[in-house]
Amino acid sequence: MDFSLSILVFLPVVAALVATLLPSRTGRWVAVAGSVAALAYVVAMLFEFDSSAAGLQWVTDEAWISELGIRYQLGVDGLNIFLLALTALLWVPAMIWAAHRETDRQKLFLFHMGLAETAVLGAFVAQDLALFVLFFDLMLVPFYFLIGGWGIGDRVAATTKFVIYTLVGSLLMLAAAVALGVLTAQHSGNDLTFSIAELAANPLPEGTQHWIFLLFAFAFLVKAPAFPLHGWVVDTYRATPLPVLICLSAVLSKVGVYAFLRVVLPVLPDASVHFQDLLLVFAVVSILYGSILAFSQSEPRLVLAYSSIAQLGFITLGIFAIDDLGAQGAVMQMVNHGLVVGALLIIIGVLTARAGGSASLEQMGGMALRAPVLATLFLIVALATLAMPGSPNFVGEILILFGGFEDKFAFAAVASIGVALAAVYGIRLFQRSMHHRVGPGVQGGDISRLDLGLLLPLVAVIVALGVYPQLILERTDAATTAQVEAAIEITDGGTATAARTDSEDSE
Amino acid sequence: MIDLLAAAESPEIDYQALAPLLATAGGALVVLIASLFAGRLVQRALVPALTVAALAVAIVFCAVNWTAGEADPIIAGALSMDTLTLAVTILCSIGGIVAVVLSLRDGAVETAGPGEYHTLLLASVAGMTVLAGAENLVTLFVGLELLSIPLYVLCASSVRDRRSLESGLKYLVIGSVGSATLLYGLALVYGATASTDLATIAAAIGDTVRVGDPLLLTGLGLTLVGLAFKASVAPFHQWTPDVYQGAPTPITAFMAVTTKVAALAVTIRLTAHAFGGLEAEWAPVLAALATLTIVVGNVGALTQRSLKRMLGWSGVAQAGYMLVGVIVGTELGLRATMFYLTAYLAMNVAAFAVVVARERASEHGDDIESLRDLGRSTPLLAWPMTIAMLGLAGFPATAGFIGKFYLIDAAVAGDYAWLGIAIVVGSMISLGYYLRVVATMWMGRSEVAVGDPARAVPAASGGSPETDADAQPEVVAVAILAAVVTVALGIVPSPLFDAVRDVATSFPGLS
Repeated sequence: MDFSLSILVFLPVVAALVATLLPSRTGRWVAVAGSVAALAYVVAMLFEFDSSAAGLQWVTDEAWISELGIRYQLGVDGLNIFLLALTALLWVPAMIWAAHRETDRQKLFLFHMGLAETAVLGAFVAQDLALFVLFFDLMLVPFYFLIGGWGIGDRVAATTKFVIYTLVGSLLMLAAAVALGVLTAQHSGNDLTFSIAELAANPLPEGTQHWIFLLFAFAFLVKAPAFPLHGWVVDTYRATPLPVLICLSAVLSKVGVYAFLRVVLPVLPDASVHFQDLLLVFAVVSILYGSILAFSQSEPRLVLAYSSIAQLGFITLGIFAIDDLGAQGAVMQMVNHGLVVGALLIIIGVLTARAGGSASLEQMGGMALRAPVLATLFLIVALATLAMPGSPNFVGEILILFGGFEDKFAFAAVASIGVALAAVYGIRLFQRSMHHRVGPGVQGGDISRLDLGLLLPLVAVIVALGVYPQLILERTDAATTAQVEAAIEITDGGTATAARTDSEDSE
Repeated sequence: MIDLLAAAESPEIDYQALAPLLATAGGALVVLIASLFAGRLVQRALVPALTVAALAVAIVFCAVNWTAGEADPIIAGALSMDTLTLAVTILCSIGGIVAVVLSLRDGAVETAGPGEYHTLLLASVAGMTVLAGAENLVTLFVGLELLSIPLYVLCASSVRDRRSLESGLKYLVIGSVGSATLLYGLALVYGATASTDLATIAAAIGDTVRVGDPLLLTGLGLTLVGLAFKASVAPFHQWTPDVYQGAPTPITAFMAVTTKVAALAVTIRLTAHAFGGLEAEWAPVLAALATLTIVVGNVGALTQRSLKRMLGWSGVAQAGYMLVGVIVGTELGLRATMFYLTAYLAMNVAAFAVVVARERASEHGDDIESLRDLGRSTPLLAWPMTIAMLGLAGFPATAGFIGKFYLIDAAVAGDYAWLGIAIVVGSMISLGYYLRVVATMWMGRSEVAVGDPARAVPAASGGSPETDADAQPEVVAVAILAAVVTVALGIVPSPLFDAVRDVATSFPGLS
């Protein structure tokens, strides 16, 4: 079957736009239906996905702005198919959460959510660097409004900080992307193009790659977030409304690290190898810094904020191990972290409501007896967070560490400490909220049916992936290997250009 | 005496090529005569209608005369009505039409007299055409003065408002310094090359006068400084915020874009047609000025509370961005500059239309407070302003994004990658003030529930959001239209790309 990726990408925003024109009782469910339809579409694609095929599937390739060499080029491979699925899967509970509660200017809220889903899906399927930059920047617009308009506490300051941090990165990336396209065209003598495949086929000289790499790395590390570019994280996690935070934390943070694999490693292989150790230092410091701060926080949201820094550090480590196992582990871990964080945030939302609206761990506690179902689901997710064997996170982290130990023993060894630290904050979060003495404001019974309906699918997917991780591994194998290939050739000796000429000669 | 006149041969004039200029200049006379008839209908409806008609006719003539490729100068080599001039005329005419529509309810029209107000507007547009098409130093100066003098008067046209008078006076004094500097520069260039014709000057440089000739270089420098005054390039920009703030807002909206269009166009023409041989001399200087302009404009805008001052400072920064396309001295750069000018026109018009609407409806004037919670009370004005701000900041899916992309592309391809970085750094600073406007409109006080007293003002007092938007439908329409164009050009930019490619064909000499 042939799938049109344009339909997938633009479905949510069109549904949300239609919804704004309808009366709000029906309108909001139309917006939700858009994201449900997007999920159904991705699931259908998953079934039809050909894991043995190399390269992109269901490619859309049209000239868009020919003067600037920008093509409307979309495609799916093993690298992004699960990230699409993750996006579509998490947007549904977020949309429902927002739609079934009475919110101020609800249709506008849902419109921004739909626009955000479109932008994120677009960033994941874009195969043209300029198009990717466009979607990457476009993501910021709805999130800016969502946090600033519907956030909690000092929302305007938080959203301004968030947008300025990320947009500084994005603008540097814009300059880097244009420079990459223009210089590649000058270097190779071809027409100006931003197609990622074409750029990868004509690598720039090493010296030029370096500064372009640094600009890209800055943008993606801010987005990740990685130490020391994480200044926006705390305020944003505190101020963001819960459904938005689900999308932000679970999905948005993956776009940056995804772009390392999609763009940076294949297109700038020499620079990636050159700066490998630098990025690994960032990764390892992020792991340690995030983990240590995560277990001293008193707000569950901030525990997640810092643990995300640590988890994204792991993913960065897997990518810059420059090894096919590490890259595969990174992709696996992107999906896992998204699922786990999404589930945890829904749980935290429920807990906060039970603790009289307090966002502090001090006010929670002792809920396990009153809410056994919630406690059970929470335990499953918490165990997945600390990468218990049998959880998908275990597989992801093991693969990443395998990848690291192969060449970069020291980094991987330090990073392993992070696994142990994760156990500390994961268990602490569970224990403080579920056991311990009963918090002063705790009230109410078990999780409501609707919230259960939102949470259960996520937990089911986590369990399924824990039991059968091959579901992801089989399908991502070919694609992740292809992404790190050029860089691996360089670590094995020579430059990309040399390696490629050699292989052409031998053919 | 009669012999002398007979000996002076009158040059042949190609009236068809000249038609756009005749439409605006002739329109000015028609409007002036029509306004002599008293009567409310004539003053309030006929005069603005005739003005819009003259500008529309000019645009139609431009479209009819539009032929890609280099055009021969007309009127004995004084003026070139090539695609660059036509493009400038179109953009300035659109700016003029917008100004007329926005002024329909403006007090300044009444106090200055509708006839004078509209005649001056048309004369200024005619001046822009002459300036952009000048192939001769004398034509250049005539064009510059024809552009400037009506604007000095228009800035002061709200004669009962001290700030408007201050604005006009300040513009007059500083503008005259700029003009004098330019004139001195032109005289020195003439002194060095013995010609006022751009092509002859180009031929003389490196031939009869050496490249490093101090007279020539001083002349070039003073000429560029004079133009920098007009385009509000730092450090010759100080007049901009004050003049923008004091002038009647429709006039600010008009001159913010059109003076930059004309000044940048003539800079392109001068550097390409006359001073191409001196590129090594002027390019580094202009590059330094552009960087300075970007930084100064953006930093200056950060602390402004007045929207007009903020847009004035941001206009300084935008001039810096657009100068980058001129500096690289390539066809790509010219195209990028023209693209950005068009996008800038759309974004700026949207922003100023909203300022006009709010200035009349709220008690805060053009203070940023006047936009407070606009997203809730008048979304029809809040959305255009939001799109304008995001566009000016360079967010994707707006013309501003493609325009910046194009400029950075031109900078990198022209070996000025660092200017691309300067644009990017400037954009980062600009987020600080553009996003503040957006935040004021949408994030003002959404925790306040439906019974918000600010919304409960009775309709009779004129504070109701419905009357605010309904009372001036033409202003709202302009804002929405400009916002739609901003988004449309961000998604389907190809028609504009085709047009700017035609413009670039007027300058085959560029690499």
